[in-house]
Order: sequence, then structure tokens, then C-alpha cells
Amino acid sequence: MDQFVLLLTVFAMAMYLGTELITKVPPTLHTPLTSGSNALSGVTIVGALLSAGTKHTTLTTVLGFLAVSFAMINVVGGFMVTNRMLQMFKRRD
Amino acid sequence: MVFSSTAVNLIYLLSSILFVYALKGLSHPRTAVRGNQLGALGMLLAIIATLLSAKLSLEVIFAGLLVGSVAGAFMAIRVPMTGMPQMVALLNGFGGAASLLVGGAVLIEVQHTSQEMELSGLVATALSGLIGAVTFWGSLVAYLQLQEVVLKGKPILFPGRHALNVALVLGSVVLGAMLVMNPEQTNTYWLLVAAASLLGVLLVTPIGGADMPVVICLLNSYSGLAGAATGFVLNNTMLIIAGSLVGASGIILTQIMCKAMNRSLANVLFGGVGAVAIDKNAQEKIYAGKIKSVSADELAMLLDGVRRVVIVPGYGLAVAQAQHATRDLMHLLEARGVEVLFGIHPVAGRMPGHMNVLLAEADVPYDKMIEMDEINPLFDQTDVVIINGANDVVNPLARTDPKSPIAGMPILDVDKAKTVIMIKRSLSPGFAGVPNPLFAMDNCLMFFGDGRKVTLELIASLKEAAA
Repeated sequence: MDQFVLLLTVFAMAMYLGTELITKVPPTLHTPLTSGSNALSGVTIVGALLSAGTKHTTLTTVLGFLAVSFAMINVVGGFMVTNRMLQMFKRRD
Repeated sequence: MVFSSTAVNLIYLLSSILFVYALKGLSHPRTAVRGNQLGALGMLLAIIATLLSAKLSLEVIFAGLLVGSVAGAFMAIRVPMTGMPQMVALLNGFGGAASLLVGGAVLIEVQHTSQEMELSGLVATALSGLIGAVTFWGSLVAYLQLQEVVLKGKPILFPGRHALNVALVLGSVVLGAMLVMNPEQTNTYWLLVAAASLLGVLLVTPIGGADMPVVICLLNSYSGLAGAATGFVLNNTMLIIAGSLVGASGIILTQIMCKAMNRSLANVLFGGVGAVAIDKNAQEKIYAGKIKSVSADELAMLLDGVRRVVIVPGYGLAVAQAQHATRDLMHLLEARGVEVLFGIHPVAGRMPGHMNVLLAEADVPYDKMIEMDEINPLFDQTDVVIINGANDVVNPLARTDPKSPIAGMPILDVDKAKTVIMIKRSLSPGFAGVPNPLFAMDNCLMFFGDGRKVTLELIASLKEAAA
């Protein structure tokens, strides 16, 4: 249970930090913010890699493979499309 | 080579810090590119650390990484800027799907290795499945609506939908509780996922086009929270940190969007705005005899000698693909010494910041895109406002009619300018389905036609008049 409270503390602090960071993002960048944060939520890939690589059962391997694929679309697609947009905002600087 | 768990966790910490820098970078367009790259670096480190954290068989992993990378890169390169809302909706959905799949896999692994999962871990697994499935299916419906594959952006309302939603929520809670009590019954998890999937579909189908910004923000926050829940399942603080950052981001954007429409989240989700029939009589009464149509040549004359022009873009600009023509108009006016600014309403378009991205694509500098609160005081010192594809966000009824569906919504006060030019195909109402008294005002001129075509006509007339 102590472990859980520790994780909950991290969760609460990160939510607070996120709130502070996001309120400073100008409205002009709200679309890249959405796609960029989207890429970050692809961090579930960490769990997916473990499920895909430990080969407990065929089912978990299949689930893991699908999860790795989905999370990787999120990560690669998210960061690349965000980069594409941000370059457009930058080039007039 | 297998890293010790301390080494792996330290790398995860480094990744978490890089994720924070990624969001910090987004506070200014100048630092944003670097921030995004740091975020990507953090993700790469996290993936490498995970691959080195245990003896893993790599074939399946690399197959998944390859499939995902190719598909993700293909989407990111190919998507047009006008299609960005769909792209983001789809990405949200994939994040949710990954969370629900990981939750299911972990549950099965724990049974398979006869381990015991803690109560908090089981609750988190149920939440991964629930939020993940709602996010995936909700996002898929949002994608189909935005892509106009089905539904054409019109909300679908059927009687008893609220009761059905409540039943599905209760059913999910019961299934979640059953799973926590009897985790060896892994089928319960998939039943929970099925119920949550139906819920995800039903929650988004009643929401129409102009309310999409709220849905996208909300699903964005869900995809983050699903990731955080997976972090609780795996006892992984990096997942919790990244998930919470994304969750917070989605929640804040949702609030901003709701405030910009003066509606509660509940009203957006369950109100069914946009499905009302249009009252033709009321429209006739407001417009009768007061609509003044104008030609490109007349407008070219009107624009002679003005000092400040504010362009107000809306979703129609995206549909007409008029961003490049509008940029040309801006250059032409600027060459004559006119100050040109863009007034952008927070909910213009189909996702937050949609108009800014379109204009940036057309090389409009970001310091010319002015947000609502800053542009509104400037309208009474503005000679001409050109509205292209926006309607509800400039409707003065929001200020005057407390019974209107847009009552109290903060709008761009374009009617305070000397002259308002409304580029529009017809007098049809906007998404909210109410007539716009602005069209009938003395200082408003209607410039009928397709947003791109008439902008090009105006440019031609301006050049001709100058020649």
C-alpha cells in the first residue's frame, strides 16, 4: 500500500506540474500541443514492449505486438506531425 | 546485456525530465521545435532502457516497432494541415488502444505466472481497460465524423440514449468490481472493454462538428489518463508522469474551449446542440430587405486608403482551402501600407489552434494571429473586417439574446468596425442553427461565393484597380 501512496503522490505532483506548464502555452500553439502531448501519451509503449517480449502465452504476445504497433504509431506519428507544424511556425522568425 | 533496475529507473527519470522540457518548450514558437525534439529523445531513451531492462525476445518487438513507425511516419507526412483534427483524433485513439491492450496482457501474464496483483494494481488495470476503450472508440467516431465518412458532422440523437449511457457506466463499474474481486476470470476484463467500447461510441455520436474541439481535448486527456493508469498497473513512475502531463493538458484545453463557448462540459457532451431545425421565419424577419451584396470591384474601391484590416478566419476557410489566397491578400494589402491582422476565436475550426496552423502553413507570421481578448479592443479602430468562413463566433445574438443556444458566448466584436465584409456562400446559419443579425447591420456587406474563389477575385480586382 505504501508503494501505491508513493505512486499517487507522483501522479498528483505531475498533474500539478502539467497544469502549470500548459497554462503558459499560447493559443497559437494549441494544435501542436495536442499532437505533441499525444506523442507523449504513447509512452505506454514501455509496457507494450515488455508484454510483447516476455512471451508468456501466445495471446499476450499478440496483445503485446498490437500494443507496440499502436503505441509506436502514436509516438512516431505524434512527434513527426508536431515537428512538421512547429517548423511552419518557426520559419518566419 | 541486461541493465540493473536502478539504471533503468534512472534513465526513466531522465526521460520524464525531458518530457517536462518538451511541454515547457511549447510556451513559445521559437523554443517549441527544440522542446518537441527533446520529448522525442526522452521517448527513445525510454524505449532503449526498456529493451535492456530484461531478457526479451526481440523479433515480435521489432516487428511491432517497424509496423508502428512506418504507419505513424506515413500518416504524419501525408496528412494535409486541413486534416489535422482527424489526425489528432486518430492518434488519441491509438494511445487509448495501446493502454487497454497492455492492461489485458498484464492481467493474463499475472495469472499465467501465478503471481498476486495488489488491489491498487487491479483497480488500475480495470481503469486502463475502461478509459482505453472509451478513448479508442470515441476517437474513432470523432475521426469518422471529422473526415465526414459518416454522419457529416451532424449529431445523432435518439431517445433513451442518456438511460443507455447510464446503464453502460453502471455496467462497467460492476464489471470492474467483479474483475478486482476475481482477477483469474480474465474474460471479465474483455466484457468490461466491450461495454466501455459501446460507451465510447455512444458518447461521441451525439456531438456535432463545431463542438469537436471539446471532444478532441477531452479524448486527449483520456489518452493521457489511460497511460497514467497503465503506470499504476506496472508500478512505473515515468508512465504516471507522462500520462498526467497529457491528462492535465487535455483537461485545461477542454476548460478553455468550454469557456470560449460559455457552455458547461455537460452541455457540450449531452446537450445535442446543432441538431435543431432552422427557423426560416425568424431568419426571414431579420434579413428581409436589409442584406447588401457587394462585388469584388466595389470591395477593391472600398479597400482603397484604409489603414487597418482584420481578417477573421473560420472553419469555412479550411473547407475552401483559402489559406494561401488569404495570405496573398495580406501581402497585397501590406504592400499598400495597410496593417493586416488576424482575429482568431478560440473555437474557430475543429480543434484548438486549428486556424493558427492553417495560416502558419501559408506563411502568415504568428505575431499577426491575435487572440480574441487582444483583438476585441482594436475593432473600433479598424476600417475593414473580412470574415472568411466564420459565423457563430461573430454573431451578436450571443450578447443580446439570452435564449439563444450561443447566449453569453464570448464573440469577436466585429460589428464595432467601420465596415464588415462577410465572405459566405449563402445566408445559411452556422453550426448553432441561429440566424446572424450581423448580416443585416448597416455596416455589413455580403460578399457571396466560395471562400477561396472570391478571395482570388478580390485580389484580381485590387491589382486591376492599382494598374
